[in-house]
Amino acid sequence: MMNIDPLYNFALLDEDAKRAIRRSLLKAVALPGHLVPFASRDLPIARGWGTGGLQITLALITPNDTLKVIDQGDDESVNAVNLRRLITRTTGIATTVDTAAAAVIQTRHRIPEEPLRDDQILVLQVPMADPLRWVEPNLERATVMHSEADYGKMWVYLYESVMRAGDLRIASQYPVMVNRRYLMDTTPIPRWDVPKLHMAETLYLFGAGREKRIYAIPPYTLVEPLQFEDYPFRTEYRPGQRCARCGAENTFLTTHFVADAHGGRWQATCSDASYCTRRRTQAEAAV
Amino acid sequence: MTIENWLLRVERLTKHFGSTCPDCRRLTGPDAGRSRCPRCGTVWACVDVNVHLAAGEVLGIVGESGSGKSTLLQMIHLATRPDSGHIWYCENGEAPRDLLALNRYEARLFRNTRLGIVYQRPELGLNMRFSVGGNVAEKLLLAEWRHFGRIRARSAELMTRTELPPERIDDEPVTFSGGMLQRVQIAKALASRPALLLLDEITSGLDVSVQARVLDLLRRIQWEDGVTTLLVSHDLGVVRQLARRAIVMKNGHIVEAGLTDQILEDPQHPYTQLLVSSAL
Repeated sequence: MMNIDPLYNFALLDEDAKRAIRRSLLKAVALPGHLVPFASRDLPIARGWGTGGLQITLALITPNDTLKVIDQGDDESVNAVNLRRLITRTTGIATTVDTAAAAVIQTRHRIPEEPLRDDQILVLQVPMADPLRWVEPNLERATVMHSEADYGKMWVYLYESVMRAGDLRIASQYPVMVNRRYLMDTTPIPRWDVPKLHMAETLYLFGAGREKRIYAIPPYTLVEPLQFEDYPFRTEYRPGQRCARCGAENTFLTTHFVADAHGGRWQATCSDASYCTRRRTQAEAAV
Repeated sequence: MTIENWLLRVERLTKHFGSTCPDCRRLTGPDAGRSRCPRCGTVWACVDVNVHLAAGEVLGIVGESGSGKSTLLQMIHLATRPDSGHIWYCENGEAPRDLLALNRYEARLFRNTRLGIVYQRPELGLNMRFSVGGNVAEKLLLAEWRHFGRIRARSAELMTRTELPPERIDDEPVTFSGGMLQRVQIAKALASRPALLLLDEITSGLDVSVQARVLDLLRRIQWEDGVTTLLVSHDLGVVRQLARRAIVMKNGHIVEAGLTDQILEDPQHPYTQLLVSSAL
């Protein structure tokens, strides 16, 4: 356990702030997919760098919890390391890279490949909260549209996307209907992870620090991507895809350039680094 | 008057804009000749308006600018909330329900599925940033149509019905003429097979030959579908062509109601007499 700085309260935020965030979380869980405003606090990291997710984690964490922090699926990326360092220094709690061992997982961009359980909470850092910003830049009007479930414009946006491009050309931030009531943005996860939200065992909490919004998907909630019967929602899966490190054929891959003596080549590996490493270790142990 | 098979019954609908004063009611209205109270500046847009609409009927509302016609239409469209009154709605012998008791979510749902509206200015009824097909499709998408191919087929069919070239389905509304845009609005309004069609000054601002084509189209739709229609116009000719029954509004009050021909041939109220005699 690292030293706890005596100048700060447990988990950095004062108790009133944590309580206020937990109240917003309760409201978000009670209204799945609804954007709940909250007073986003100033933190030692800049807005837009995961402050929404960080505040949720700080408000929820208890001294006995084990935490996992990932960024782009990787435990060792700069943002993940910095957030983990901040949280451990102000709480002294244990951290892990093992998905199964974590009680709270704070993440950006990914939901871990391993299935999550009902005693775990996934906290997502969200860059842009409102799915209607594509069709209605005015937040006040967008709020009224949410309250009336007036999602015609969003559907026309999808219609025109098919009309112009011949397909639903949405890479990430895929819009979904939650509990057949609220339109929700799945930022920042890729389409690959969207089906994991549907009827999941785990509680998903979304925090947007810059946008000052919290939303949630409680366990066993209907999460349906917007799609047409003849142009269905599809994940990024390509037949024959394979991780170059662990050989997994059914994971979300990232490509990166590997330089070698012949100039180098592009390589696709699992984006979930701890999952990939565990598979490799297991395979090596078997040999 | 009792109507057996009524669709809409508007009862004592009142709407004002501004802070009221005790003299408001006395100083406004058709007898005073003004809608705006000279003492406190309150505008009385609609006062105790009663309208009955039978299923399949076309009712015309005539009156000069500022007489409260459009406010009445907007209240029935559930876009403007009245101060008091009721809007009873009863379709296919269901129990009548007061549309003003609906919450915003229910009102939006009702408006999407049961009402169609055509505005005088196309930019109010259409999203000028969407394609023409997208505008028509919006109504279908709101009515839970989820098959892209079928949505396009229905949009094209509606465009053909409203005499628009279906091959221009993906064009921007800005490339269409005024008369064509009115027909796009009509296609959009009809897309979800509404029970009540609201037409707000649809031919004002169009040249006479285009007016005639839009009116022909509406008459044909009326003949084929028999959709109940509320038609607001300051043009007596338009009302005479489309509506069998009409009401005349002045300064927020209904001053005369009856058969259109009767009103035009034998106007009773001094204002209606003036209106008829000043028509070309």
